[in-house]
This record gives sequence, structure tokens and C-alpha cells, in this order.
Amino acid sequence: MVEAMVKKPIVKALEGDKAVTEAIRQINPDVMAAYPVTPQTEIVMEFAELVAEGLVDTEYIRVESEHAAMSSCIGAASAGARAMTATCGPGLALMWETLWVTSGLRCPIVMAVVNRSLSAPLNILTDQTDMMGSRDSGWVQIYAENHQEVYDNFIQAVRIAEHPDVMLPIMCGHAGFVLGHTLGRVEVLPDEVVRKFVGEYKPLYSILDIEHPKTIGAYDHWDYFFEHRRQLFEAINNVLRVIPEIAQEYGKISGRYYGLVESYRLDDAEVAILIIGSGAGACREAVDAMRQKGVKAGMLKVRCFRPFPADEIVKALKGKKAVAAMDRCECFGGEGGPLFIEACSAFFNRGLPMKMIDYFYGLGGRDTVPSEFCDIFRELFQIAETDKIKPPLVRYLAVRE
Amino acid sequence: MAIKLKEISNQEEKIAPGHRACHGCPETIIVRQVLHAIMAMGKPVVTASPTGCLEVCTSPYPQTAWRVPWIHNAFENVSSTLAAVWTTYRHFIKLGKMEDRDIKFVVFGGDGATYDIGLQFISGVIERGQHIIYICLNNEAYMNTGIQRSAATPLGAWTTTSPVGKVIPGKTEHRKNMVGMMAANGAPYAAQAAPHAWRDLMTKVQKAASIEGPSYIDVISPCPRGWRFPTDETIYLSRLAVETCMWPLYEVEYGKYRITSRPTEKKPVIDYLKAQRRFEHLFLPENKHIIDEIQRKVDEDWERLQKLAEMD
Ligand SMILES: Cc1ncc(C[n+]2csc(CCOP(=O)(O)OP(=O)(O)O)c2C)c(N)n1
Ligand code: SF4
Ligand SMILES: [Mg+2]
Repeated sequence: MVEAMVKKPIVKALEGDKAVTEAIRQINPDVMAAYPVTPQTEIVMEFAELVAEGLVDTEYIRVESEHAAMSSCIGAASAGARAMTATCGPGLALMWETLWVTSGLRCPIVMAVVNRSLSAPLNILTDQTDMMGSRDSGWVQIYAENHQEVYDNFIQAVRIAEHPDVMLPIMCGHAGFVLGHTLGRVEVLPDEVVRKFVGEYKPLYSILDIEHPKTIGAYDHWDYFFEHRRQLFEAINNVLRVIPEIAQEYGKISGRYYGLVESYRLDDAEVAILIIGSGAGACREAVDAMRQKGVKAGMLKVRCFRPFPADEIVKALKGKKAVAAMDRCECFGGEGGPLFIEACSAFFNRGLPMKMIDYFYGLGGRDTVPSEFCDIFRELFQIAETDKIKPPLVRYLAVRE
Repeated sequence: MAIKLKEISNQEEKIAPGHRACHGCPETIIVRQVLHAIMAMGKPVVTASPTGCLEVCTSPYPQTAWRVPWIHNAFENVSSTLAAVWTTYRHFIKLGKMEDRDIKFVVFGGDGATYDIGLQFISGVIERGQHIIYICLNNEAYMNTGIQRSAATPLGAWTTTSPVGKVIPGKTEHRKNMVGMMAANGAPYAAQAAPHAWRDLMTKVQKAASIEGPSYIDVISPCPRGWRFPTDETIYLSRLAVETCMWPLYEVEYGKYRITSRPTEKKPVIDYLKAQRRFEHLFLPENKHIIDEIQRKVDEDWERLQKLAEMD
């Protein structure tokens, strides 16, 4: 399975959405079923061109809704197809019911989610409310920071989802417009390397096996339902082991190694920002700016949010004097956003103290610039010095009050 | 293809006994008729059901009544689900991964899953020409969840969401013309059938299975539980529905209407209504106008159908 690393990389300037289409083209899945929704539309349009030009063998089901897209993927996967789709915001919300069917039926479907806010008020720009809203649906969730990661994540996602110890669907998130519609430098692997890496999908069962008829999606009563859910817990937790394994293999062919989390100038940092997705770019700059002033700031980026890499997060942040979790999603009425809540509980459950605050930021496409992250670092140092968090615990970054 | 009863009775039952459907349930009768018709053609089947009576009754884990492949996804999306199975099948044949055995893909869906929540999905599948045979098990209400009204519930019928009160006497709307919609949607074959007319039903299924493209067969499914009649009268009610022209047997093939079986004598709708307690309130003097309206609509529809059938 292990490939020699590709010597001369193919470098392309790709929009984030195009990086997804490029990955799908190379993977050449059996079935793609998708429905257009801004800002994911680039993917469905470009994929249509690939199909029209005969550049993929994929059956492209141009469905009448996102619910039908996921329903089709489930049917296709049950028939033994490698099935994919792409959506965002409202489309993901419309799919919600079937997200649970997908994981419950253990269909290893790969979905690109071009993260978008949810209405109302109507907004088509990026935040992570869509994916965070479905974080408990049994899907693996990974997020990209930049164009390269959009591409790399999507290819690895196939192997993660189809791993025999996992067999679960996976969402690959990237920021709408910010990554989706902007050009970025992407090192692309040769087609044959990608095809060899993803291999052929060998399903355990197929509804097309008429000699061995299977009942798929049976009615489950109180007497078995819970056990089936328990198996799902087990499967998704295996992902914490599988992602690094696949990443190692992918690193060997690409030279790019990924983990569940990624630290940036964190080892000797006294305070840190915990963040997911494209916002990490500006945060890195802020870290550098602080460091130039001799201030020991660092960043921890969470690549995989589901399953939650609690051990890795605690290991990376243990001993820091203060941490700010950045939540780019809405979580009305909760005690902070999902990243904050789960990171707090990771420390609490290990009996470790941690001074942590939460920032909701960047909702509905609002940009967050390095100077704002610098302000947060200053705030963290104040907490570190006084050993006290001045309320509120949960804040809103750069919002008119 | 002629239906030979003797041959059919020697075929294996693909839906096992011991399922949980009520006594006198029409749904499993119809499923058997459909599966036997396709088996008689020597074709394998892959089946699917949305959420509903049939799904719950035939698949209580760890048991299953299905001896053919069967999938349930959710309530509204059975069409897309099975259509994608078909698409995958064609794909695998094209890639040489699978032999073309001319598998037939059959949906068994309730009227709620078909007329209401799943309408968009079936419409999309027909527009895309994905080749499924959609059998609607039409018991004219959401039986699985306790007899709520659907768009297939006839005017005047009592259901738990169209109850009979002091002000409102049962359902206040006529039902949808689903076969007409499916034909207009571009389904090359759409038909109405009834389980008592098993030969007619099975012939229609074989026709649907022989035609290129998606097809739709709406089968009246008299439900003792929801319609309030004795459990040994299912077939009797099916016959009365046809004899009163409440449920004419016809088909639409590439837009051409054909009445496949005419009642020898068209009975008044009262005969049908009085056999079911879901209509019992209509026999109060103040509700006579509802019976008149049902009769008027049946006559009008029957006239229209005959005219459509005369057209070339
Ligand atoms: C999205 C969704 N809405 C509602 C339901 C509840 N539900 C399950 S089955 C059903 C009615 C089924 O009626 P029908 O399709 O006519 O089948 P029948 O049980 O009458 O055979 C309803 C309302 C559901 N399962 N999913
Ligand atoms: S309620 Fe009606 S349709 Fe449902 S199982 Fe009973 S008889 Fe059959
Ligand atoms: Mg019904």
C-alpha cells in the first residue's frame, strides 16, 4: 500500500471548491448525487463539466433536493457504490434526517461541506454553524484551514470512511468563499497515485446481491436499538486511531503529514488559541506578531472535531496559563460554543485545571483579522497574570453591542 | 405474458409468514401478488419501502419477512433511495463489475409516503427516468401512525386528524389524482389496480416491468383497522371500490388511457360507503349532501376517464 513519495509535485492554482472537484475527479467515485447551493455551486457545476466531457466514469444523479442527494447516496452505498456529495448551510440542514440514517446504516459516504451560515436573517457567507449543528449525527468531521488541506483532506476522507473499523460517513468542511472561491496554491498528486491510494471500495454487503438477500434499515425496537448505537460509538472512536494511520500513509506519498490536531509555536507558549478551520490562517499571523514582540503565544488547530480528540488537545495545551476557544458557529443558549464546552470538559474529566474563555467569532462571513487575535492573546496574558477570568466567560468578538 | 395460477402457486413465497401485519391486512397480499408477477417473468427483484405499516410489520429486528433484498431509508425518500440502487446497478454493469440479470426494482410505499411527503422525490425520479416500479399501497390514510388523513383520503372519511365533530363532518377535501399526476410527470406507465382483481393487477405489474422507464401503480388497499370493517371483508371492499367506480381499474401507457376492467353494473357509492364505519356519519340526514357530492365526483371522474380512454 505504501507508495514512494511523488518527486516532482504538480502545482496548481485552485479555488477551494475546485480542489474538491479535482479530488473527486481523481477518485472517480461510482456515484455523485448533489444539488446546488451557494457557495457550493462551483463543485456541482464543475463536476457536471467533468461528466459532460467524459473525464470521469461517475454516475451523476442531479437530484431535486439535498434530501434526495443524501437519500440517493444512501441507496447507492447500500448497493456497494462509493458515493459522494457536496453541500453547505441550508442544504446540510435539509439533509439532517438522513445524516443519521447514513451513519446508522454505516454508509461510508464522503461529503464536502462548504461551510455556510444558517438563516434567518438570510446570509450566504461562511461560518461553521452548518457542520457544528450536525456534529452528533455519527459523521466523522474534519475541517480544512487552507486550499491544500481541502484537497488533502478529501482524498484521505475516502480511506477514513471506508476503513473496516470505521465504516462511517465523513464531512470535509472548508470555508465558503474565503477558501471556496479564492485561488490558492495546491500541490496535486498524479491521478494514478490518488487512485492507488484510495483503492477500490469493497463493501461488506450489497443490496444488489440477490443470492444473499439482505434486509437493510430494519425496524429496531428498544431491545436492540441501543446496542446498535453502542456499536456506532465504538466505530467513531476508532477514527481517533485511524486518522493518524491514514495520515501517515498519505504523508509518505505527498510529503504532507496531518494529525487530529496541529500545533503552531505551541511548545513553549504560555497562552494559546484553540481554533478550527480557515480562521487559523489569521491566527498564525497573530502568533508570529506576538512572538516578534517576545510574547509567548501559540495556537492549536483542531482538524478533526468528530470524534473529539480530547487526549490530543489536553496533551497539547496542558500547562498553558490561559486558553481561548474560538467558536465560529451559533450555539444559542448553551454554556459557550461546542469547541469551548468540549475542550473544558476534556480538562475537567482529566482532573486538570485550565483557565479557558470562549469567543464566538466570524459569524455570517465576518472576517477576523490578526490584530483581533492579538487582542485575544493580550486578554489571555491578563488572565494568566491575574489568575482570574473577568466575566463573562463567553464573549463575542468584534460585534456591535 | 399470461398469468398461470397453477405456476404461480408453485412459486416460492418471497414474503415469509409470521410478519406482524393485522388480520385481513391488504398490504402483504398485494406485495405477494406483485412479487409473484415478477417472479413469473423469471426476473429477480430488489425492493424498498418507506416508513409505514409494511415496513414496521415486516422488519422487526432481528427478524425479517423479506426473502428478497429490501431496504428502508426514511419516510419520504424511498424513490430516490431505490432509484440510486438502480443507477448503481447500471453503473456496475457498464463497468463490467456485474452481470446484467435484468433485476427489477420495486418500491412498496404507503399513500402518505407517496401522495404527501414523498411526492417531490418520486417526481424527481420519474423526471430523471430512473427505472423503478413504484407500487403505492393505498389504504387512504397514515395507518402506521394511527389513521391520520392523507391526500389520498376520500371526501367525508373519518380519520383521527379529520375527526367527525359538531361543526366538521370528516375530511373536507377530495383526494389527489395521483395516477394522472404521474402520467403527466412523464411516467411511461401508470395504472390503478385492486387486490381482488389479481389477474389485472399482476398483468399491470408485468407491463410495468417490461416497459423502459419508471412506472407507477396505485393499488387500493382496504384496511380493516383504519376503514373500520371486519377483517374478512378486505377483498369484498376492494371489489366494491371498483364496482362503484370509486376506484376504476385503468392504465395510462405513454399517455394513452385504457380502462382495463369495467364493472358489469355500476353500483351506487352508498353500497361502498355503508360497508365501512369511517363513513358512518355520512348517513345522518344532515350529511346527505356529502354522499351526493361523492357520487357526483365519482360520476364526473368516470365520465372523464371514459372520454380519455376513447381518445387516440
Ligand atoms: C419525516 C417523518 N415525518 C413523519 C413520520 C411519521 N410517520 C411514519 S409512517 C407515517 C404514515 C405512513 O402512512 P402511509 O405512507 O400511508 O403508510 P401506511 O402506514 O398507511 O401503510 C407517518 C406519518 C416519519 N416517520 N417521518
Ligand atoms: S393498519 Fe391496516 S394497513 Fe396497517 S397493518 Fe393493519 S390492516 Fe394493514
Ligand atoms: Mg396509508
